[in-house]
Amino acid sequence: MKAKYDVTKHALVPKHAKASEKEKKDLLESYNITLHQLPRILKSDPAIDHLDAEEGDVIRITRASPTAGETVFYRRVING
Amino acid sequence: MPKAKASEETKKELKEMAPEAAPEEEEVLLKSGDVGAGMTPEESAAPSAGAPAAEAAGEAPSAKRESVMATPQYIFKQVSNIVFGVLSPKLLKKMASAKVVTPELYDKEGYPVDGGLMDIRLGVIDPGLRCKTCGCKLKECIGHFGYIEMARPVVHIKFVPVILSLLRSTCHECGKILIPKEKLEKSKSILEKIEIEGGLRARRKAIKTIIDSLKAGNKCSHCNAKQSKISLEKPTTYMEGERRLSPIEVRARLEKIPDEDAMIFGINPATVRPEWLILTVLPVPPVTMRPSITLETGERSEDDLTHKLGDIVRINQRLFENINAGAPEIIIEDLWDLLQYHVTTFFDNDVAQLPPARHRSGQPLKTLTERIKSKEGRIRHNLAGKRTNFCARTVISPDPFIKVNEVGVPKVIAMKVTVPEVVQPWNMAYLKKFVERGPGTYPGANYVVRPDGKKKKITEETKEAALEELQPGYVVERHLMDGDITIFNRQPCLHRMSTMCHKVKVLPGRTLRLNPTVCAPYNADFDGDEMNLHVPQTEESRAEAEILMQVQTQLISPRYGLPVIGCLQDSLSGSYALTKFAELSREDAIQLLIRAGVTDVGKLPNKKTVNGREIFSVMMPDDFNFEGESRSGAKIVIKDGKLVEGVIDEKSLGEGSGFLLRALHRQYGSQTTIDILYKVFTLGNEYLQMTGFSIVISDFDLPSIAQEQIEQAIVEAENEIQTLIQQFHEGKLEAFPGRSVGETLEFKILELLNKARNKAGQLVKEHAKKDTDTRIMVDSGARGNILQLSQISAIVGQQALRGKRIEKGYRGRTLSCFKKGDISPLAHGFVRSNLKKGLSPQEFFFCNITGRDSLMDTALRTPKSGYLYRRLANAMQDLRVEYDGTVRDATGKIIQFKYGEDSVDVSRSENGKINIQRIIDTTE
Repeated sequence: MKAKYDVTKHALVPKHAKASEKEKKDLLESYNITLHQLPRILKSDPAIDHLDAEEGDVIRITRASPTAGETVFYRRVING
Repeated sequence: MPKAKASEETKKELKEMAPEAAPEEEEVLLKSGDVGAGMTPEESAAPSAGAPAAEAAGEAPSAKRESVMATPQYIFKQVSNIVFGVLSPKLLKKMASAKVVTPELYDKEGYPVDGGLMDIRLGVIDPGLRCKTCGCKLKECIGHFGYIEMARPVVHIKFVPVILSLLRSTCHECGKILIPKEKLEKSKSILEKIEIEGGLRARRKAIKTIIDSLKAGNKCSHCNAKQSKISLEKPTTYMEGERRLSPIEVRARLEKIPDEDAMIFGINPATVRPEWLILTVLPVPPVTMRPSITLETGERSEDDLTHKLGDIVRINQRLFENINAGAPEIIIEDLWDLLQYHVTTFFDNDVAQLPPARHRSGQPLKTLTERIKSKEGRIRHNLAGKRTNFCARTVISPDPFIKVNEVGVPKVIAMKVTVPEVVQPWNMAYLKKFVERGPGTYPGANYVVRPDGKKKKITEETKEAALEELQPGYVVERHLMDGDITIFNRQPCLHRMSTMCHKVKVLPGRTLRLNPTVCAPYNADFDGDEMNLHVPQTEESRAEAEILMQVQTQLISPRYGLPVIGCLQDSLSGSYALTKFAELSREDAIQLLIRAGVTDVGKLPNKKTVNGREIFSVMMPDDFNFEGESRSGAKIVIKDGKLVEGVIDEKSLGEGSGFLLRALHRQYGSQTTIDILYKVFTLGNEYLQMTGFSIVISDFDLPSIAQEQIEQAIVEAENEIQTLIQQFHEGKLEAFPGRSVGETLEFKILELLNKARNKAGQLVKEHAKKDTDTRIMVDSGARGNILQLSQISAIVGQQALRGKRIEKGYRGRTLSCFKKGDISPLAHGFVRSNLKKGLSPQEFFFCNITGRDSLMDTALRTPKSGYLYRRLANAMQDLRVEYDGTVRDATGKIIQFKYGEDSVDVSRSENGKINIQRIIDTTE
């Protein structure tokens, strides 16, 4: 089935972007964590459909926050 | 029992090829025996140096256990897995320390009979006797299992369904499962999936359906033997067609089942051989888990289990004798059935088809299943439901004269709940006085505990001895006294402020007393609420409670960063009235302050009359500066500890707002804040006491101009609605986009009526008498709002049900006094009158509709939202903020990269915000 609607255009969908290898490495290092300790996102998530993300990639999500204005969040891509 | 022996040998081989490591299972199996013994209340299973189960068990597993018990240091092991299994007859005999052969309990001297149910090899329950198995005394010996050799095998009631599915799905000739070899692999994988979803029970059920779907024509695919239908005649009789299968036959069939086929049923033959499901040997639980009670008359009353076991042994022996004497088959069968009944009720006395075994008094026996099951059972009552000593629970009532961090404890409670105090050379005389007064006179003592742990009750008789005996190292359990540390709590404990530490204040009466300011954190009121009081018993716990959970430490809510404890009700009205209007003579002012607990009135200006703000300023610290707002938006200025401008109301002092309190807390800490809070609270109350505070019906009078204007506003709205309705009927009304004309009309009517009501409210606000006590309450935020005021004096307004006007009632109308199809405001719940004037019958009825609806709504919503909150709290309970600012769960997974996305610790903020300007100002 073809997607009828591009969710990334919706006002409530925050900006999803693939993090570069370097950014990924820095992220894991700065929090002293392994990839598995990151929150997850499904590979089939409509919001990252256009990114061609593979399992193990890290997605950077930039969203508006009522407390901090704009905030950055990271998720690792999992299969499914 | 020759048959049993044969099977025993096959089993031994099995054990060697068992998939899991055998020794570990053995250990666990034995442990489960321990658990059974440990169920007796007050059982202290102290590891003793003796070799308890050594002779009884003999082989490898027991040797292992012995080594654990004999070494003084503990061995810590990680449990890798737990295997549940069924004890084999052989293992049962091995672990048993006595064979029970006689139903007699005691001989003529009252000494337990050898081979009886109270055999001292099974453990001791009499003080003075020693266990023959382990040599330990009462309370040291945890008890040991015995066994009964069954004359004929019987069915174990708890295994009836398993046995049935085994019998039905295997061949009675060769014992193999009734699935052909070719289809076995495929079936196995199907069953594997079913087990994941529905567990073992579903798996066994599925085997039957698979076999049925094979249409094998009731023939075994392995040996071609014809299979007949096996049914269960409840509770414990198996039938093959019309013929009854005796447990012996059943056992023989189960023996034939090969190990591989048992595995298909989800039975691991290493731990459970199918034939073990039939009882040939019955384990006798240790005496320690069925102790007898000695009545006052000296008579012994035995435990229900002992009674039941006695029945079993008696019938069993009779059966033995009859079989040996070659009695007719009928007699043997009868006895066998009776034995089956007794064994069944020994396990479960609540089997549907069996009459429960009863005492002579007629009350049913409480046997094994009843001990574990249900609310009063071991699990829910004893394991999940923990109870504490040194606690109290009663109705609460308010007492504004005790401190915020105090709790008023009734004397009767203070004399029952005690605090242990260790005797030292320097407090000996002090504690002796308590012992001297004994348990009956108030600050007395109830118990004296010797260093060896022996507890002695103090009575008139033992008082002298206890007094003489008392020396350093003893502990005196004295009555609760003023200043003792206690923990006070009210359910539901939704946040950490639901449990706080209070200091005791012993008071007359029968209720627990608390300062009304702490109602808010506990969410308590006094309509019959009960609360719990706990008394910590060690110095550590007392210190911990005092430092971490005392009321003043909980002042600022971690949820919104403002005080949870604040002034309320009269004290708000009082503070407002005081700071707004008061002009008192200096003498009166001093009198007022002293009643509020202020001792230093030097700050009061030396004038003949002082105003309320000056009185209020006395309680502020000298270097305190504060700028804030009152509820009306007016400025509040406190400069150098003097209230220069503004009135103090709910926004400064109230619970959940309290900006003045927040500022005090930040600058002077919790102790000072709570002291000031108490003084302000009392000052407000005392001021009202002094001036008097009451309401009159004329408080709600409106000047005639206002009345006219309100009337006009309503009439205008009504006229407009009339034209709208006319337009609607003529079809001239234009619909809103996406709405029908009818809906549009409804919207417009609602809007107009609301507008009229708001206008009325505005007029009331402007024209209603100022500075009446009613207005003081409303304006200070103590109680009531302007809307309620206008409902009383101007108009109640539209009653809305589910966001609409009232539509319910008869067909086409709400009440029979209206015409059908009447859509005028009055016919649909517009209440034109006010509460002072009184409502018309229809209006009264409409008000009741919405009133009842909101009542039901709150009654139904409270448990629902409570459950939602509970789920949320449980899901988040082990999240925490790490030092790097991330929020992580117990496994270290990141939930938030920055706590709250802005890393603000709310409990150190003001309403979730940080006032940067002030930080800059104060750092200069």
